[in-house]
Amino acid sequence: MGRRRAPGPLDYARRWPLRLWVAGVMLFLYLPLASLIAFSFNDSRRTIRWQGFTFGWYGRLASDDALIAAFANSLTIAAMSTVVSVVLGAMAAVALWRFRFPGRSAFDGVITLPIVVPEICMGVAMLVFFGTIAPWPRDLAWPFDLGAIAIAHITFSFPFVTVVVRARLASFNREMEEAARDLGASELRALWDVVLPHMRPALISGALLAFTLSLDDFVITFFTAGPNTVTFPVKIYSMVRFSVTPEVNAASTVLMAITVILTLIGMTLQGTDIAKTEGA
Amino acid sequence: MTRITGGSRAAFWALFAAPAVWMTAFFVVPLSVIWAYSFGRTLGLTQVDVTGTLANYARVFDPVYLWIFAKSLVFAGATTAICLVIGFPYALVMTFASNRAKIGLLLAIMLPFWTNLLVRTYALMAVMRTEGWINDGLGAVGLGPFEMLHTNFAVITGLVYVHLPFIVLPLFSTLDRLDRSLIEASLDLGAGHLRTIFQVVIPIVWPGILSALLLCFIPALGSYLTPDLLGGTDSQMIASVIERQFKRANDWPFGAALSFMLMYLTLAAMAWRALAERRAVLRKAR
Amino acid sequence: MLIRFENVTKRFGRFAAVDNVSLDIAAGEFFALLGPSGCGKTTLLRMLAGLEPLSEGRILIDGIDMAGTPPNRRPVNMVFQSYAVFPHMTVADNVAYGLKIDKVPRAQRETRVAEALDLVKLGDFAQRRPDQLSGGQRQRVALARALVKRPKVLLLDEPLSALDAKLRDAMRGELAAIQREVGVTFVMVTHDQDEALAMASRCALMNLGKLQQVASPGDLYEHPANRFVADFIGSINLFEGTLAPDNTFATAALDTPVLIEPGATAGPAWIGIRPEKIVMTPASAPRPTGPAARPAANVTRGTIVTSAYLGATTQYDVRTGSGTLIKVTAPNGTRSTSPALPVGTAVWLHWAPDAPVVLYG
Repeated sequence: MGRRRAPGPLDYARRWPLRLWVAGVMLFLYLPLASLIAFSFNDSRRTIRWQGFTFGWYGRLASDDALIAAFANSLTIAAMSTVVSVVLGAMAAVALWRFRFPGRSAFDGVITLPIVVPEICMGVAMLVFFGTIAPWPRDLAWPFDLGAIAIAHITFSFPFVTVVVRARLASFNREMEEAARDLGASELRALWDVVLPHMRPALISGALLAFTLSLDDFVITFFTAGPNTVTFPVKIYSMVRFSVTPEVNAASTVLMAITVILTLIGMTLQGTDIAKTEGA
Repeated sequence: MTRITGGSRAAFWALFAAPAVWMTAFFVVPLSVIWAYSFGRTLGLTQVDVTGTLANYARVFDPVYLWIFAKSLVFAGATTAICLVIGFPYALVMTFASNRAKIGLLLAIMLPFWTNLLVRTYALMAVMRTEGWINDGLGAVGLGPFEMLHTNFAVITGLVYVHLPFIVLPLFSTLDRLDRSLIEASLDLGAGHLRTIFQVVIPIVWPGILSALLLCFIPALGSYLTPDLLGGTDSQMIASVIERQFKRANDWPFGAALSFMLMYLTLAAMAWRALAERRAVLRKAR
Repeated sequence: MLIRFENVTKRFGRFAAVDNVSLDIAAGEFFALLGPSGCGKTTLLRMLAGLEPLSEGRILIDGIDMAGTPPNRRPVNMVFQSYAVFPHMTVADNVAYGLKIDKVPRAQRETRVAEALDLVKLGDFAQRRPDQLSGGQRQRVALARALVKRPKVLLLDEPLSALDAKLRDAMRGELAAIQREVGVTFVMVTHDQDEALAMASRCALMNLGKLQQVASPGDLYEHPANRFVADFIGSINLFEGTLAPDNTFATAALDTPVLIEPGATAGPAWIGIRPEKIVMTPASAPRPTGPAARPAANVTRGTIVTSAYLGATTQYDVRTGSGTLIKVTAPNGTRSTSPALPVGTAVWLHWAPDAPVVLYG
């Protein structure tokens, strides 16, 4: 025999025209990113041809104070946004999952709105809000000057956390909570002891989502940020507007690496956590 | 009137108060202000007098702006169509792949999705510019260079690049739920694979395809960064015009009216999808 | 031979779902592939339809090797277990689908669709949509859709399993009648032995990917090839022992020698006796006499341990003096023998020499 097993009629994944198609999609998705990373190590300012390997551009990033400050701002905002988003998102999710109340469907609708509203609309709304209605005090000490941006980020992030946590709560066995009540736990105690541990994988992935959303956001930050509160994406944007340079390549690679590492860590954490709570 | 069921009032308010207040203060109020401004008149640099005028909305129907709306719709529509053509075979392969390959293919489509939008757009800029390696490669075989960056072509390529995951994931989840024996039955009755896909698979999963199209179309319509960085002067979409009203032209009321036109389009698309879904459920119940 | 399986093997990884099966099916047969779930019968059917590639061996239809032929070019059609009726087409469109692919002219197509729908008694439902049909009606659509193509072979995958009990009985007779009417070869997969025995002209019994026996329903029941077949079809009492050249079978399980019909090979063997072939009389009656050739044989005594009254028959478990449990089915032939004998009653059991079947494996 020695021949390879013939594909069945539904083995679409083994048909070569479709494999070629998938390979094409992969090239389309990854070639630009791969070349961006490759040229961040290229020892040439004009970046057309490969001139040799260098870490030089990363060194130059490390000595760029404005970029470092923007980076610190981004991480701080993301951290603040993540903590508040997870708390608010989880509270909203439990309230919607657990209670029937007047205006429930209205609240449900409003809370999913930030997910679908175009970023630009939310951006200008924040611009006007912090520009005229509730101006954020100027000249506050770091990190309080980042408050307006953090608030904007929390507002579009926590509904995502709510969606993730609600999906997880749907698989909760109500009898577990009833058992806790039956054994003498108070209502809040039962929520804390039984429902919260069940939510934990969703809280982790929600936190990760909030962190990435905040770190990635450009449009809404662009409208909320003042001249002294520049975030990493906003800084890169201003660099990109001028020209394609190896420094921007290096900065983009750093940002990409952070997101990929965070995502992988989160997925592993979440995977082991689900395995533990399900006893699988 | 205020009946709360499912637990005690204290527990309810403990959970509900903070998110509700937050949403009201930082989402409902800002949007309401914009909405109010859309019926106003500019007084000073950042001062707006809400007079109830419809002049801003009337200006939206000015041919200049209608043209931009039309172009935005065409860009988003073309993006969605191209994404469907590229994404459907990918989703099909994903559906019928082995479990391990499925995870790999899912990760492959998700990883760019997690990468910063700005970074992805910048990567395309670097590839497509006149000194980029596509033109370099074309030059090596005696073609070009072609002016690709800052054209409508670049905008649509960028929009497709960014929105592909939006269509592949819902397509995959709808194809994955399809009963495979329907495909087998069609083959068994003599139909080839293409015929089976067009006459059996696509009609049956059509509601799922529609909602995937919408999930791609809505964010594409509101894109700001991609046309801004990849487009030329004649490839502006609605978002760019809105940005100009707020940041440069300082005509907030008109910008507000434009924003709300974009919102209405988005919400109309969502409502249409919800309606289609409800109708599908009703038909099934009959 | 219409269909020929030659040394067909199907492996999933290292597990052989179908293990070296060779089988011939003639034109016009109603053939049943029977076996417990996971025995490989559905895989065999799907390989015949072309939906599953073979690991080894070949399948011929009308003498032609089907190896390179995709499912859409095979002269077979299938009724799927889930029916797989296209939800977006009317009943008539479902049935016409295969004919459209074959480019049958419109007028002829309409006639054939109408005929097929009449055959399955769905003439009035042509314009309905599948979600307006019951499960039984959907199955008829699937049947008409496959038959209208006039295949050489019609494949049925567990055709009755999704129907409720009453409909299943009705459909059983109807399927057999349709098969006689159209004369197409039917190959059916089922795990339900009653279904196979009642409908099929010939059955193949499979276990763990291997063919156990291919025979008519009567032969499968009365002349099982091995213990698996004997035990899977119906219910049976099995005893291990030794067969002597004088046609007596000695077993530790029974305190009586067993005389069997001449012709079996002497040596270590098993015998099987079906519960309905054992006659039971109260111990208060005189001891029944054994066969004329050897009156001491084929009679034993015991006590009823359990009894289950089933109306037409009563099923008993009888414990003999040697401690063996024997299953006995007694017909309730007259109204006065009903109800059953109470538990604890001492009884005689006896059987004719042609009741036991000798098994070697």
